[in-house]
Amino acid sequence: MKEFLVSLLQNEILVYSIMALVPLVWVIPFALFAVWWERKISAHMQDRLGPMRTGGWHGWSQTIADILKLIQKEDIIPTAADKKLFMLAPYVVFTGSYAAYAAIPFSAAYVGSEINIGLFYIIAISSLVVIGLLMAGWASNNKWSLFGAMRSAAQVISYEIPVALALLAVVMVAGTFDLHQINQAQEGGILHWYIFRNPFLLPAFVIYFVASLAETNRTPFDIPEAESELVGGYHTEYGGMRFAILFLSEYANMFAVSSIAATLFFGGWTSPFGEALSGPWWGLFWFLGKGMAFIFVQMWLRWTLPRLRVDQLMYVGWKVLIPFAFVVVLGVGFWVMVIG
Amino acid sequence: MQETMTSPAGVPGFGRALKTEEMVLNMGPQHPSTHGVLRLEVVVDGEIVVDVVPHIGYLHRCFEKHCEHMTNYQQVIPYADRMDYVAAMSNELGYVVAAERMLKIKVPERVEYIRVIMAEFSRIVSHLIAIGTYGMDIGAFTPFLYCMRDRERVLDIFEQTCGARLLYNYMWIGGLSHDVSPDFADKVKSFCKYFRPTIKELNDLLSYNKIFIRRTANVGVLPREVALNYAVSGPVLRGSGVKWDLRKNDSYSVYDKLDFEIPIGAGKKGTVGDCWDRYMVRIHEMEQSVNIIEQAVDKLPTGDVQAALPKRIRPDAGETYARTETPKGELGYYIVSDGSATPFRIKVKSPCFVNLSALPAISRGAMIADLVAILGSIDIVLGEVDR
Repeated sequence: MKEFLVSLLQNEILVYSIMALVPLVWVIPFALFAVWWERKISAHMQDRLGPMRTGGWHGWSQTIADILKLIQKEDIIPTAADKKLFMLAPYVVFTGSYAAYAAIPFSAAYVGSEINIGLFYIIAISSLVVIGLLMAGWASNNKWSLFGAMRSAAQVISYEIPVALALLAVVMVAGTFDLHQINQAQEGGILHWYIFRNPFLLPAFVIYFVASLAETNRTPFDIPEAESELVGGYHTEYGGMRFAILFLSEYANMFAVSSIAATLFFGGWTSPFGEALSGPWWGLFWFLGKGMAFIFVQMWLRWTLPRLRVDQLMYVGWKVLIPFAFVVVLGVGFWVMVIG
Repeated sequence: MQETMTSPAGVPGFGRALKTEEMVLNMGPQHPSTHGVLRLEVVVDGEIVVDVVPHIGYLHRCFEKHCEHMTNYQQVIPYADRMDYVAAMSNELGYVVAAERMLKIKVPERVEYIRVIMAEFSRIVSHLIAIGTYGMDIGAFTPFLYCMRDRERVLDIFEQTCGARLLYNYMWIGGLSHDVSPDFADKVKSFCKYFRPTIKELNDLLSYNKIFIRRTANVGVLPREVALNYAVSGPVLRGSGVKWDLRKNDSYSVYDKLDFEIPIGAGKKGTVGDCWDRYMVRIHEMEQSVNIIEQAVDKLPTGDVQAALPKRIRPDAGETYARTETPKGELGYYIVSDGSATPFRIKVKSPCFVNLSALPAISRGAMIADLVAILGSIDIVLGEVDR
């Protein structure tokens, strides 16, 4: 796609700027839809209806109205806050979660930047999120925010290890960090997906999914913003546009981790029926569909499970997920060596 | 508890102690988990709670002083409603039992049975809210709405009976404001039939959830001796394994004619007296309340719902103390009469106030998340703590 645009526009910098904005075409409508969808899912799980009025059909435009409201709100910065950090933090968080989209292959025909260390890049760049959260929590000068920031720093850093190990298992099978190549290796129908190809990749997927819930601060690991303990966690003091951006990046992050799960374990843009229903547009459909399925599971868990305590969260991370992840890595290595 | 950490040799600043200090955190009065306008002054060392001081009084409405300025004894009842506003029927029952004991009148049997049914319904409503909000404190949002859904059904029965859904003014001295409607018994029975399976649903969703157990078992353990020393009552006391329920131990109304059990905490998932035990006592009490309601409806005699009373209620000079078992615990009314038509003094012994006093003792050393769990398991209503 890049080559095509370069030949069309004859200006590489312009092309890169356009390419950088392409994921926004998906991320913003996705976030608007996902917030509405989450409300609807939670409502139906809880014997309610959820938004029903705004826009007519099942309140479809509720989140658009919410965003418009948030944009119009007065921009409040607490007097005691560190003004510069406070203003910067939401953008750092958003950058961290948005930058990951550069390496995610949306379809056989489109990947923002075809770098050969794509997976490595995603792991590295999503760590930027935690710096933004720490900035937000510290700059707010609020004890609850600080608690939330500290918790999320500890949590995200701890859970990056099992995530990295689980992803390493896939890399060992695929022999590459390039997400596009990992995808191509899984072409040819549902049985070629990595999750069904190697018995150790199923536990790797479970470890990855559980740890990614913690990385995106979703229940049962939502302790950084545990509303019943920490009021709002790191975003307690945020309102209006800045809050909207924090919210947007949370949903962007949710989709980023879901799409990595889809790409690495469930074939990404490949069709489950082999050659049938494949092609660039079908590829996009399969990729987004798989991503949304994981989003649904995340929401399902959120509205079912209670929340863990900080020390229990650390226990799950260090004493359950990491040892199992090591076992999985060893097992995958053994399997690749013996069976191939 | 000031900790000092020394840096290892060779590091700049070696020898100078790194000083950490405790932080004072104000939890409330605006906080999602203080269940009303309660302020907890929490001294924390990181995430560990070193000390808690509850500050109350944000919802003080001079209930007791107001009662001295009524024109008659009946007018106290709407105020009694507003103490523990999630279980208003139980508050009314306590007051009318005290006033009737003072007047030495006996109310018709039918009135007693209807009162028991209403009081047990209000126990179910109160426990549903306690359980639902407790799930929310732990992070599970969905059980709360399930509880609210069931609560609505009870409130519908209340509404049909006396027109109000929250604050009823239903139990009057010497009787009731209205008789129940003709299809009351059917509605009550159909509710009981509906409600038993939903308790099981709640157990599957929340009570036996592994994360929930991990968050509540062995947390906030209130040992038997400490519970007795603090004079806590209700599910908090029974959760610590003390079989004490005024409905049996100091029976009033017609509870002695009904068959039910007193559930106590047994430490099934952890230690006796932990948060899970207190929570589970409430679940079992709801089951027992359904039993009581079913029996009472079957035994419901016919007759009048108002005893013959003098036009102006003037008890003889003297004093009375009557205590009843509300969902929160032992609610006592101490009434002093000087022979006039208004009470000279009314003092309420509030179970929530007493139970809250045990909070600092059981939350020292816990984590902030545990503090929320412990406070929720005590189940206070600030309207009653502050009165």
